[in-house]
Amino acid sequence: MISETVKRGPFSHINWKLWRSVILALLILAAILFFNARNPAETRAVLRSTLRYAVPLILGALCGIFCERAGIVNIGIEGQMLLSAFTSYMTNAWTGNLMFSLFVGMVTGSIVGLFLAFLSIKLKLNQVIGGTVINILAAGITGYFYQVGTTTKGKFASIPLGPLADIPIIGPLLFNNPPITYIAIVLVIVSQIVLFNTRWGLRTRAVGEHPRAADTLGVDVFKIRYLNVLIGGVMAGLAGAFLTLEGVGLFERGMTNGRGFIALAVMIFGKWNPISSAMAALFFGFANAMQTQLQFMGIQIAHQFVGMIPYLLTIIVVSGFVGRSRAPAAEGIPYEKE
Amino acid sequence: MDTLDLTNDKTTEATKMTGKETLILEARNIYKTFPGTIANADVSLELHRGEVLALLGENGAGKSTLMNVIYGLYTQDSGEIFLNGEPYSINNPHDAIAAGIGMVHQHFMLVPVFTVLENVMLGAETCRGPFLNKKAAEAKLRQLEKSFGLEVDPHAIIEELPVGLQQRVEILKALYRDVEILIMDEPTAVLTPQETKELFKIMRRLTERGVSIVFITHKLKEVLEIADRIIIMRRGHVVGSATPAETDEHGLASMMVGREVILEVDKLPAEPGDTVLEVKQLNVHDANQLHSVKDCSLSVRAGEVLGVAGVQGNGQSELVEAITGLRRYNSGEIWIDGKRMPQEKPRVLVENGMAHIPEDRQKHGLILQYPLTSNFVLCNYYREPYSRHGVLNAEAILKNAEALIERFDVRTPSAETSAGDLSGGNQQKVIVGRELSRDVSLVIANQPTRGLDVGSIEYIHQTLIDMRDAGVGVLLVSSELDEIMSVSDRIAVMYRGEIVDVLDARDANREHIGLLMAGHA
Repeated sequence: MISETVKRGPFSHINWKLWRSVILALLILAAILFFNARNPAETRAVLRSTLRYAVPLILGALCGIFCERAGIVNIGIEGQMLLSAFTSYMTNAWTGNLMFSLFVGMVTGSIVGLFLAFLSIKLKLNQVIGGTVINILAAGITGYFYQVGTTTKGKFASIPLGPLADIPIIGPLLFNNPPITYIAIVLVIVSQIVLFNTRWGLRTRAVGEHPRAADTLGVDVFKIRYLNVLIGGVMAGLAGAFLTLEGVGLFERGMTNGRGFIALAVMIFGKWNPISSAMAALFFGFANAMQTQLQFMGIQIAHQFVGMIPYLLTIIVVSGFVGRSRAPAAEGIPYEKE
Repeated sequence: MDTLDLTNDKTTEATKMTGKETLILEARNIYKTFPGTIANADVSLELHRGEVLALLGENGAGKSTLMNVIYGLYTQDSGEIFLNGEPYSINNPHDAIAAGIGMVHQHFMLVPVFTVLENVMLGAETCRGPFLNKKAAEAKLRQLEKSFGLEVDPHAIIEELPVGLQQRVEILKALYRDVEILIMDEPTAVLTPQETKELFKIMRRLTERGVSIVFITHKLKEVLEIADRIIIMRRGHVVGSATPAETDEHGLASMMVGREVILEVDKLPAEPGDTVLEVKQLNVHDANQLHSVKDCSLSVRAGEVLGVAGVQGNGQSELVEAITGLRRYNSGEIWIDGKRMPQEKPRVLVENGMAHIPEDRQKHGLILQYPLTSNFVLCNYYREPYSRHGVLNAEAILKNAEALIERFDVRTPSAETSAGDLSGGNQQKVIVGRELSRDVSLVIANQPTRGLDVGSIEYIHQTLIDMRDAGVGVLLVSSELDEIMSVSDRIAVMYRGEIVDVLDARDANREHIGLLMAGHA
């Protein structure tokens, strides 16, 4: 009995987790300071590239989190991102209005989300197939309609946030970014609060775990599922828009290049939790930035091996450090009323 | 129709007795059909304030359907529901909750990974704007827990709680929504006798505060103990009503089943033959290297029933799993029919004449998604005539299923129906049919009648006795002492993984065994 109370006490459990995060954060900070002292330019480049690579993963993972927490498996994130990247790029090419293009990207993501929701909720189609349909459709549509040679009047520029941007190291990194990056950071925190501290979040999680229980308590399972997939679609739309409006500034066929799937890995790595997933995305971004940087530095290792670093790290971390992670129990199962 | 008139007479009588104003819920002439079955035919009932109304009937009698209609999960084909004398249409659970009706479902409607508080709040969240106000909710929950004596830690995770406490959470969920009417669907099916007693105390406390309870069950003793009035249903009809004072178990059982029921198993003295199962010094450790089964030795002879009594969780499941090849044991020997069986696979054991009726029929006994035809050949599908050169013979499998359905009286629309669509009693009959129709010398039955109705229990007991009389050795594990006492020839009592004593059933008495089960050797 005594050991149990110790184990389940409300504070001991949280404290241990808190301490672990604090120590980890301090270690990372120390590492950054250390490298910054040795080579400030390179350190800054690595950090910037980490964030830039992480943003679409964060947004993609948020899409996955909202869908799967409500019980819908979404492997169509890749397709949602690609279509949104395409529509926002084309809108930008035609109108030159970045904000409007961003809006179009978000709408595209949500329409594709609605399509997935319709397939899986109303038609009760196997959700993995539904997602695959979206991926294939996206590759086909964008490949067919993309006109080589279109140009745009540019992409989102960084907006420094006043004096915050002047803080050494962190300032230029966190407070001098283009808008979608800010949106992504804010959305991580908002999503965390929505999922765990609001009525909507409680119902969403319940629907993803045990829809019948939610139904018997008067919660509208279908509505919750539809809306969450829609919300997820907006996130995926933002991720796609990031690629063409903020990241590259151009569209290429198949430019998402597996990011939608990596976002799913990030979501699992982050245990379907927005903040943890954002950390996972940053970790992935960091591995990627390191590998690019190492190749620039021209070290004496074949570049194929250096290119493996992010994937190797992922395998090591996912297999060794994540521990038990459990998907929402009702994920992928169409709900049928009695 | 005549049986219905009887009900009406009784209810009007009750109304006269208690006064019209206490009538809180009334269902009139409810009809509900499902494809192929009439679940409720012209069913009426009245519920008064502060009473426990027992709805008694076998599995499939239509009790749960009626309650699901009242709770808004089903919509009736015809008939009306009145709440406080006013017609009230309930189209979904939301309406029911708004009307002050709560339901404790047979299979708990709790989110396993949520905390108690989250489960209680869900659907009726205490909020500040869109944000959950967990503090206020917790305060309200603690207040309820205190005033009804239903202590549960609000921060405990549901899946880590024992079923008894999970049920409390279900009740608290209803109370959190200020219910006036609480429907409890088979609430005692998953409880130990102690937990049941505790539940009855809680039910009394609820009725004292004006909550009315509809108690769905098929357990006669419980009905007599807790109910104020009893309504008996059979095959979708209300066939009668009674009060505990004017009836007894036999009267209720015959109304429920529609014929005379033998509650005691009728059997001749055993004629034991050779030993068919011998367990020597068996030790089973759990994941934490603690003893689940400790130095356990027992033997079962042909033509006798050895009952293993004990409070649940004293190593019976592990013992059975070790014997049936489902769990590795750490030391000891198991002999079947004079042959040593060292950690054999279940198939080898099955081929050596063992039949196993597992504890959890849905998880380990059947493949719920498979049709009955396939479920009936799970032990021997790979043999002639069911399989030739690796190809299944559908015709032989169907024939086998039809024969067993007939022989073991399985009530099913067809042999191709999924096992998951049958009632618990019929599922158990499928398992019993599959296991006992083979040529077996040893039957291991673990909790074979758990959650079953009187008719099915009677049937299963009789089948076990018939097997015994045919010269089969039976190991019966049960936490129902009545079952052990009435079916067994010898009784082994298990406590903390050890067999503390083996008694002859003829000179065993309840009190003595009860003490042994509690560890007072």
